[in-house]
Amino acid sequence: MNEEAVVLSARNVSIDYQIGKRWLNVIHDVSLDLHANRTHGLVGESASGKSTLALALMCYLAENGRITAGTIHYEGRNLLELAANELRQLWGSKMSLVPQNALSALNPSYTIGEQMGEVSRTHLGISRRESGLRAAEMLRSVRIADVENVLRSYPFQLSGGMLQRISIGMALSVAPSLLVLDEPTTALDVTTQAVILDLFRELIDRHDATALYVSHDLGTVAQFCDAVTVLYGGEVMESAPVKELYANPKHPYTQGLLASLPARANAAQEQRIHTIEGVAPSLAHRSPACVFAERCKHAIDRCHAEKPPLEHIGGRQTIRCFRWQEIAQDEATSAANQAAAEPVVRPQIDLPRKNELLTTHELAKKFGKRNALLRWLGKEVIPLHALDRVSITVNKGNTLGIVGESGSGKSTLARVLVALETADSGSIELLGENLSYELSQREPSFMASMRLIPQNPDASLNPYITVGSALERTLKVLAERSKHSENWQQAELSSKHGRWKRVHQLLKAVGLEESYRQRYPNQLSGGEKQRVAIARAFASDPALIIADEPTSSLDVSVQAVVLNLLKDLRETQEVAYIFISHDMDVIRYVADWICVMYLGQIVEEGSNEQLYAAPSHPYTEALFSAIPEPNPLLQKKRIRLEGELPSARNLPGGCPFHTRCPRKIGEICETDIPPIRPAGVGHFIRCHIEVDELSRLQSATEEDLQP
Amino acid sequence: MTYFLLRRLALMIFTIFFTSLIVFGLTQLLPGDIARLFLGRDASDAAIAEFNQTFRLNDHPLQQYVRWIIGDVTQVEGDHSRGILRGDWGRSFSAGYPRVQPLISRALQYSMMLTGFTLLISIPISILLGVFAGIRANSWLDNLIAIFSLSVVGLPEFVTALVLINTFALRLGWFDAISTPHANDGWFTIIQKLTLPALTATFVLLGYVTRMTRAGVQEELKKAYIRTAILKGLPRRVVLFKHVLRNALLPSVTVIALSIGWLMGGLVVIEQVYNYPGLGKLMVDAVLSKNYPVLQACVMIVITFIVLSNFLADLLYALLNPKVRYQS
Repeated sequence: MNEEAVVLSARNVSIDYQIGKRWLNVIHDVSLDLHANRTHGLVGESASGKSTLALALMCYLAENGRITAGTIHYEGRNLLELAANELRQLWGSKMSLVPQNALSALNPSYTIGEQMGEVSRTHLGISRRESGLRAAEMLRSVRIADVENVLRSYPFQLSGGMLQRISIGMALSVAPSLLVLDEPTTALDVTTQAVILDLFRELIDRHDATALYVSHDLGTVAQFCDAVTVLYGGEVMESAPVKELYANPKHPYTQGLLASLPARANAAQEQRIHTIEGVAPSLAHRSPACVFAERCKHAIDRCHAEKPPLEHIGGRQTIRCFRWQEIAQDEATSAANQAAAEPVVRPQIDLPRKNELLTTHELAKKFGKRNALLRWLGKEVIPLHALDRVSITVNKGNTLGIVGESGSGKSTLARVLVALETADSGSIELLGENLSYELSQREPSFMASMRLIPQNPDASLNPYITVGSALERTLKVLAERSKHSENWQQAELSSKHGRWKRVHQLLKAVGLEESYRQRYPNQLSGGEKQRVAIARAFASDPALIIADEPTSSLDVSVQAVVLNLLKDLRETQEVAYIFISHDMDVIRYVADWICVMYLGQIVEEGSNEQLYAAPSHPYTEALFSAIPEPNPLLQKKRIRLEGELPSARNLPGGCPFHTRCPRKIGEICETDIPPIRPAGVGHFIRCHIEVDELSRLQSATEEDLQP
Repeated sequence: MTYFLLRRLALMIFTIFFTSLIVFGLTQLLPGDIARLFLGRDASDAAIAEFNQTFRLNDHPLQQYVRWIIGDVTQVEGDHSRGILRGDWGRSFSAGYPRVQPLISRALQYSMMLTGFTLLISIPISILLGVFAGIRANSWLDNLIAIFSLSVVGLPEFVTALVLINTFALRLGWFDAISTPHANDGWFTIIQKLTLPALTATFVLLGYVTRMTRAGVQEELKKAYIRTAILKGLPRRVVLFKHVLRNALLPSVTVIALSIGWLMGGLVVIEQVYNYPGLGKLMVDAVLSKNYPVLQACVMIVITFIVLSNFLADLLYALLNPKVRYQS
């Protein structure tokens, strides 16, 4: 097929959705071309309409949706004019979907073999036996080892990474020419994501397929796509080849989005991430002006009055902005000015560590120890090791970052610290005082001085209580609990008036207006909800805040705002954080000191600088290498972790990482617990390999990349 | 799965045992003397003594209970009780003290016939209506089905029964108003007699199962895997019958299985109105004539069926749902 051929071409597509009695315009006037054998990225934040658009390009709409204008040409035919059975012949054979979360996208009641087989049976009319053979062959091509077993399994018996492999195998089973990948790796861990994306890349190339890759993750798009379209409020803001878009973003929204990535802030050694002010537009009515004008720092009167057209500017680039040329010039001048300015240097933290706020010593927690009934039936109960002798130290005013994949025990650590779970052994000391494992035994003042920001504000805010009441109630409980202790602003908070005054202070501190106290959680955006959760954590004037993935459910631009807020509050409120995240870029941005966890153990700890330079633990190294770099020009070293995360019920002997370690040296890794090796001041690596040797190995991999 | 079934089975046996205690205990707790209650105030002391002797009501309650359950341990000759575990339900209080067992088996047989026929009518109708309502949610068809199924549930059984009798038996003459079967009825007559009571029971079930099915279909249609199935290019009927209904009908299957218990013993009003000699009618007659042995037997049988239908519901759910099958 000709490289330049256009496989799918959408022109001026608009889509409406019926919500209640009203029809809302969710996609407005979108045009884009997918070129043969290319991967096209479709990027946008939540509610930008990216998934709706991607599915609509396959001519699939939910029951309450309709395409109101435009044409979608696929291999010369206008899909919108096809009859239902003609579309059915295309779906699954010529164009396929790889869905977002494979577990929910596969029917729980049928085996993998059945669900894979029915595609080829429908389209190729082959027998059940032949389709089974074909499915097995497909699974082998997506590098699934135990094919026969997997074919007989039900979806819930398999891991997320495995299911995603199956999904793409299923999508490719009748050799389609167009693949729509709808956030195919969003539900996976970074290390698994890296392996899966490599596999996808290879399969797409091998099948000569054209792909549309939908994602909110600018990092994976940079590494995975050839061209990118940026969607905002249901409209195309900008389309360009990937290198062009990342090197020279032209639209103010694209510029803002890229700048709000923690990775960019880290690379530029900046103390604050750039943010996009304001909130995403409501879909309730389509603005007759530029959708981004409300939040655009370059907006002029014209931007608020009329909608800019989608302009073709050559080189397969389109842009929807009146001022892109002027903005490009402005940026060039300011960039020149910035280059002259000194990069801000991160303040060195004091070593050896002093000012200890919280320390834990060999904290351990196992789950599922007792189940009398099962034991009585003679079944062996294998406990799940969630935390294995974890010792951490948080200094006053510092941020301790804890990073690891799901199942590493990082959330359990948070829950044990605030006594939502009871530890089995080890000690927790706050300001030199030993804390009980049980919540009921803890001093109220300790509860006030250590607070949790939960991961998902949707789940932690009561939908029937206003923001103000929620905060006031927290203050009231705290005031009542600490009635007998004198160290806390008792007098002020015992009166309702005093509490409401404090509520206003808190709202102001997290950047919300006073009027927000009357709002219910469903009247807030995701970022605003998280601000309320932060305000609630700060209500008791704590010394330590434990933030458990506080930004992982947020869009990048909102994440930037929340990260900056947390950083500001650390200065003004004199608080220390334990910041838990799976995102190495975020951790690098916020943390002073970092612990890397794997299967309930800390495998490496060190200061921010130490950890991000060699030598590092092979697991840390793999984590780094798995992060998709939001810069298409940058090639990273490729260390891929094959295999699945072992179950914490069945911990591997010796070093827990040996089953996946790319630098395993031999039997010793399987039999002996690795020593804790010092690699710098306060920097420890738990590995059998000598620090110097690690250092040598890692710089060697680095050099291999140099051309 | 084995663990799950064993647990259920143990629970079931315990439930039945516990009910037997209650059922037996209730007759002991009745105020006054059972013989006096049954024979009446005017009965002679001799008659009462003889009655007590015949039914051994003077024995210790525990002895009576053991005899009821496992039969006479000591006396193995002549007219002895073999206990309900060996299918002997003792003797009825009514004239000539006939054995309870034949009464019970006859009523049980009729109840099972009615139950079976009701399920035969109600399952296809209610599931069909529910599926139509589900795939055409909020359309006029859905609304019509909702109005129909809810209004027939709202009506008490004797009202629907009387309306049906009035229309189909008295006016149109298609069926008999009285459903009492005779020994020499052919299969066509039997079906004719069963139709009206079964239809009445169907109306009660219809609302539940239809709404349950509708909700199930609605829920399933929103699932991501249905979208996957559509985008695989599968024909519409395959998507609906294979992917949607397989999961959508799980709750309905549970409700239907649970309803078996109710159909076996709960059709008291319907059986009364149609004069149909099932367990429900036998139970009411036993209550009215203070015939405690028959009443006890009826209650035990009905309870057993309710427990069994619960077990059946769990079993079917586990069998149809691989998640339960493989994880418990």
